[in-house]
Amino acid sequence: MNTSFLAADNLTDEYADLQKMVRDFSQKVVAPVSAEHDKNHTFPYEVVKGMAEMGLFGLPFPEEYGGMDGDYFALCLALEELAKVDQSVAITLEAGVGLGAMPIFRFGNEEQKTEWLPQLASGEALGGFGLTEAGAGSDASGTKTTAREDGDEWVINGSKQFITNSGTDITKLVTVTAVTGESQTSDGRTKKEISTIIVPTSTPGFTAEPAYDKVGWNASDTHPLSFDDVRVPKANLLGERGRGYANFLRILDEGRIAIAALAVGAAQGCVDESVKYAKERQAFGQNIGAHQAIQFKIARMEARAHAARSAYYNAAALMLAGKPFKKAASVAKMVASEAAMDNARDATQVHGGYGFMNEYTVSRHYRDSKILEIGEGTTEVQLMLIARELGL
Amino acid sequence: MNIVVCVKHVPDAQGERGFSDDNTTDRENVDGLLSELDEYAVEAALKITEAEGGEVTALTVGPADAVDAVKKALQMGADKAVHVSDDAIAGSDALATSLILAEAIKKVGQPDIVLFGLASTDGGMSVVPAMVAERLGLPQVTQVSTLEVADGNVTGRRDSDVASETLVASIPAVVSVTDQINEPRYPSFKGIMAAKKKPVEEMSLGDLGVDAGQVGLDNASTKVLDTTKRPPREQGEVITDEGDGGKKLVEFLAGQKLI
Repeated sequence: MNTSFLAADNLTDEYADLQKMVRDFSQKVVAPVSAEHDKNHTFPYEVVKGMAEMGLFGLPFPEEYGGMDGDYFALCLALEELAKVDQSVAITLEAGVGLGAMPIFRFGNEEQKTEWLPQLASGEALGGFGLTEAGAGSDASGTKTTAREDGDEWVINGSKQFITNSGTDITKLVTVTAVTGESQTSDGRTKKEISTIIVPTSTPGFTAEPAYDKVGWNASDTHPLSFDDVRVPKANLLGERGRGYANFLRILDEGRIAIAALAVGAAQGCVDESVKYAKERQAFGQNIGAHQAIQFKIARMEARAHAARSAYYNAAALMLAGKPFKKAASVAKMVASEAAMDNARDATQVHGGYGFMNEYTVSRHYRDSKILEIGEGTTEVQLMLIARELGL
Repeated sequence: MNIVVCVKHVPDAQGERGFSDDNTTDRENVDGLLSELDEYAVEAALKITEAEGGEVTALTVGPADAVDAVKKALQMGADKAVHVSDDAIAGSDALATSLILAEAIKKVGQPDIVLFGLASTDGGMSVVPAMVAERLGLPQVTQVSTLEVADGNVTGRRDSDVASETLVASIPAVVSVTDQINEPRYPSFKGIMAAKKKPVEEMSLGDLGVDAGQVGLDNASTKVLDTTKRPPREQGEVITDEGDGGKKLVEFLAGQKLI
């Protein structure tokens, strides 16, 4: 019987070694600077450089494009370890790989891959993906950004919202969805033709507007983008014309597994911090961890993290085996983001007044975790997708 | 430029370290890892061979699990590894360890440089590098925080409380480095995958021609009779400033003979 399925306590050597290495890096390099970057809303360039040197940005890509010849599950393990201590750092990696490089790897032609992937996979450059607009998110039909053909060029006009990694000093490109025309459906309705186009950030007319003031993920770089007669070569079309949104859905499916891994890291980080604190903090003559009220709270947190981890391992295993994983990815994303949010709330409670102080890791998780229930498809969208997979 | 880096597998300092019934280090109940101070030696070796060419061999002495120490060195970039393991070695003191290391180094083939970290993070004696140098009849440049290789010499600076000394020795030489010398790299995922294919040679005392009667706990020249757990750290003394805070601080410091 083949028992080589993925399980948390039974990882094969290379996965376990990677996990150990990133855990070590998180504690020694990331954790000491997390509170400072969070407080000052600064991008952790030094941490990103360290991650780049370890090859984390290249994990799921083949060596010929500057990758590490690992796989998507390896990326998930790295995200989980990073998110235990710092969700901003983890989302920077997740978006860099999943939204910056992955669309080019999946849908790019050879020229596009050769030009962009080596710099993205090495972490020397970052890329963003511009989908969301003021009136378009999960429902792409609201897309207003347009790309008009003019000779050998696309001329792009419009704006995008909430774009991760889009305004750092090392951001080199943003792949955007834009309306490139209209088509008639069989029942006579007019349908927008949406395509994806690679826009180098150095192109005149492209502006990353001032960064958002967010509730959390303060050290993650997020901007509104504006496009004012941005001209790029027609060769910058990524994938087939009119397939822009369809392509992006595939990216979103696997991205959900990565976000689930990140959320599990947050949930587990809350457990780890709470266990540590419960063993130190004294109340009524004993450690607070000796009180059943605290024990049960932390035990429940552990159960949530454990169950969510099993869910994302399962989704990743299906994906790597080439099996359908859409439902598993939605389930994992939903339960993991809820686990993160619930654990952040409980961990803050365990820490009492200290949990409300911004410099504490759990307070950062408290602010950071909410977005996990929103980004890459809200909980409601996951429920919709799960219901659809059930044939409802 | 061929380098042998001697590394040690030690209990994780972040775990709850303790002793076994025979007063040797407890290696069962705490996860082990490559002594963090040895990572600086591995990094120093890699820097030299990256600049000058040559091979880095990671060498360790210890039980079966100790192979993890050389594995980490291989992941960082060392080319091959040697693991000396033998039941008779358990409980060996620094003298016996230096004998085994010296014989293993001879067996590997005399390198240009034998590198060590400052000390192990468990025993913390810092004496093995000097002992190995003596056994191999090589000059020693120990506890340096800089290292240069040029014109057949190694040059390093040893910083102490009163002076900084510059030490030069002709190659081949034994060198130990401090944690000030560099910033050890994290292995890349490629390094982790590559390490799986790198050779790890297993050696026993018999392979090295070392008599079991020269090593191990029973033949150690020092014996740990007893150990006492360090008392938990007591709460510090809080001085409240009621107008005379400065005076009280000075009294406290004078009482501790700090001023």
